[in-house]
Amino acid sequence: MVKTGELKKIVSKWKDKEGNLIMVFHEIQNRYGYVPRDVSMKLSEMLDVPLARIYEVLTFYNYFDLKPPGKHTISICMGTACYLKGANELLKKFRDLLNVSEGETTQDGLFKLNVVRCLGCCGLAPVVTIDEDVYGKVQKEDIPDILAKYAVKEKNA
Amino acid sequence: MKNKKIKAKIAGIEVNVKEGTTILEAAKTVHIGIPTLCKHADLPPTAGCGICVVKIKGSPKMLRACCTPLENGMDIITQDPELVEVRRTILELILSNHPNDCLKCGRNNNCELQTLAGDFGIREDSFEKLLRNLPEDKSTKTIELIPQKCILCGRCTNVCQQIQDVWALSFLERGFYTRISATGDIELAESPCIKCGQCSAHCPTGAIFEYDETQKVWDALMDPDRFCVVQIAPAVRVGIGEEFGYPPGTNLTHKLYAMLKRIGFRGVFDTSFAADVTIMEEATEFKRKFEKDKKNLPLITSCCPAWVDFMEKYYPDMIEHFSSCKSPHQILGVLSKTYYAEKNGIDPSKIFMVSIMPCTSKKYEITRSSEMSSSGYPDIDVVLTTRELGRMIKQADIRFKHLPGEDPDNILGEYTGAGVIFGTTGGVMEAALRTAYKMITGEKLKDLEIKKVRGLKGIKEATLDIKGTKVKAAIAHGMGNVGTVLEKIREAKKAKKETPYHFIEVMACPGGCVGGGGQPYGVNNELRQKRAAGLYSDDRGHKVRCSHDNPYVKELYKKFLGKPLSEKAEKLLHNKYKKRPVYKR
Repeated sequence: MVKTGELKKIVSKWKDKEGNLIMVFHEIQNRYGYVPRDVSMKLSEMLDVPLARIYEVLTFYNYFDLKPPGKHTISICMGTACYLKGANELLKKFRDLLNVSEGETTQDGLFKLNVVRCLGCCGLAPVVTIDEDVYGKVQKEDIPDILAKYAVKEKNA
Repeated sequence: MKNKKIKAKIAGIEVNVKEGTTILEAAKTVHIGIPTLCKHADLPPTAGCGICVVKIKGSPKMLRACCTPLENGMDIITQDPELVEVRRTILELILSNHPNDCLKCGRNNNCELQTLAGDFGIREDSFEKLLRNLPEDKSTKTIELIPQKCILCGRCTNVCQQIQDVWALSFLERGFYTRISATGDIELAESPCIKCGQCSAHCPTGAIFEYDETQKVWDALMDPDRFCVVQIAPAVRVGIGEEFGYPPGTNLTHKLYAMLKRIGFRGVFDTSFAADVTIMEEATEFKRKFEKDKKNLPLITSCCPAWVDFMEKYYPDMIEHFSSCKSPHQILGVLSKTYYAEKNGIDPSKIFMVSIMPCTSKKYEITRSSEMSSSGYPDIDVVLTTRELGRMIKQADIRFKHLPGEDPDNILGEYTGAGVIFGTTGGVMEAALRTAYKMITGEKLKDLEIKKVRGLKGIKEATLDIKGTKVKAAIAHGMGNVGTVLEKIREAKKAKKETPYHFIEVMACPGGCVGGGGQPYGVNNELRQKRAAGLYSDDRGHKVRCSHDNPYVKELYKKFLGKPLSEKAEKLLHNKYKKRPVYKR
């Protein structure tokens, strides 16, 4: 939960500066990994900016996320080499297994599914990374096992 | 420097205009046409579509006429084969992500994009169709958002944000994915939307459209068990003609009565009659406060449901100043199911009351609180906008031209000049002052026409001398103007000073109901003025021009209600307000 006092601090820092809306939301994004709706509503009042304008800005820039990030970020490489080696099939499999589209987080908040351009290790194509772990030459049959590792870790934690 | 003149040429014709005039405006002064799509007369240019491109002689660059100020010595080319070609390409690009389902679209035959496509002879999809698969928002049951048909002209967001100051609509995302949405990506019904419908009246395509309920009315008319009755609002009579080629402002009252009877309604009433009743109630409320409870002034009018919604969301501290009177069409509805039903021996449960309104918000109003069914039956069963009525008339194919005029059912139909001017900004105030003056002084107001409350100025002020007390009235229309007036009240209250106004009239739509969100398309100030002029001339043509002199209103009070603000009147004709959240989510 974001505390009102914390918002007040951020707002007072930027309130009288031009272009403050973006700066305030940058701080929110950096701190929480996304911009929660109730924060937008509070800031709308504090900055006297209509919520409509705030959402125009938040959805215009890719930098801002409106949904909480997943615990683990899955990045599927769609660079040329990975694409040719069937990354598309992998994406499909991930989508089916997790029941989300790219850019979305699973219902349980465990995984966020991302598509990225070249990760710079084309020799391992197709490549998938989960957080800092790199998986090379991934076959779609491997995916359930890979996901299970994180799910089990979560259970034991 | 300020009044510097610009001398230039447009299509070879010399023009002399004020500095800052755009090429498009300057072209109009010499009757040179430039095609436009996103530009609307009410709104600043957004330069969204590019159809209005023109050239300057000697320069290869193309400029958008809507947003480029004319400069000295410019020689503007408004049309040549290259411009036609470019404009056609722009149109083809817009059409490349617009669905081709014109036949099934609400704006079929009345769409600015379709008209341009017709004019430019578009016969094929020149670019690959890329449609955005976007969900529709029908949550308000008043106005529907169909974002796939949106061409991103920006009229609706502009009118909603700048003119109405509601901020219920905005663009989200960018580039190809840009889409129109309710504020913060929620449903419109959960947003600050006040259902005024100005977005739908300004949309050039079918992307924002009234919730069409004509079929419900046809079904009821077909049901032998239903006793269908209808009422027409003041502004409808001077708007509907535009759908059938009459000059704007033509008053079709009596032809409309005849039309509605032909369509199959068994009782035809006039909301203007109920406006007279509203005045009796509201003027009595004003008299009470004025004589005994001046501290509690101002009294604020409550006829406009979009305004009521706005007040409940943004100015709940004003609730105590609000007239508790229902709006005229609700009053007529409840009277049809009580007074009229009793008098004619009709079972009120069988009565099906249709309101023809210039307004989309009235569709929302009929279920906004339990008092909207104070007789035990809903006051109103269905609300149709002027545009929907236009479609029903076309479906029935009855022609106004050869239709002899008829009279309404008098007991809820006969109205005064005061009742009919309710349809324009200032009208409610003028009607109320005519009667309040009489109620307070016992004398007739000498000059019934209170010119200061008329016209299209956003905020109007007038002072009327009642028994030596100067009654200060304010009139605001266009939601964006209301804040200025109400902030003055708030400030005076805070400082414990005397109220700057005693009586305030508010109508959400610019121009009042004549410019309502459910009126025929193409509205601008010239049209608003002509429609209002139609109502004022109706007023002048009436022998009886004050609500309290309406013989049928007198009879209603004598035989049914007792007197204004009687217990019965309070129960049937009044309602309460409550604070509502601006966002439901």
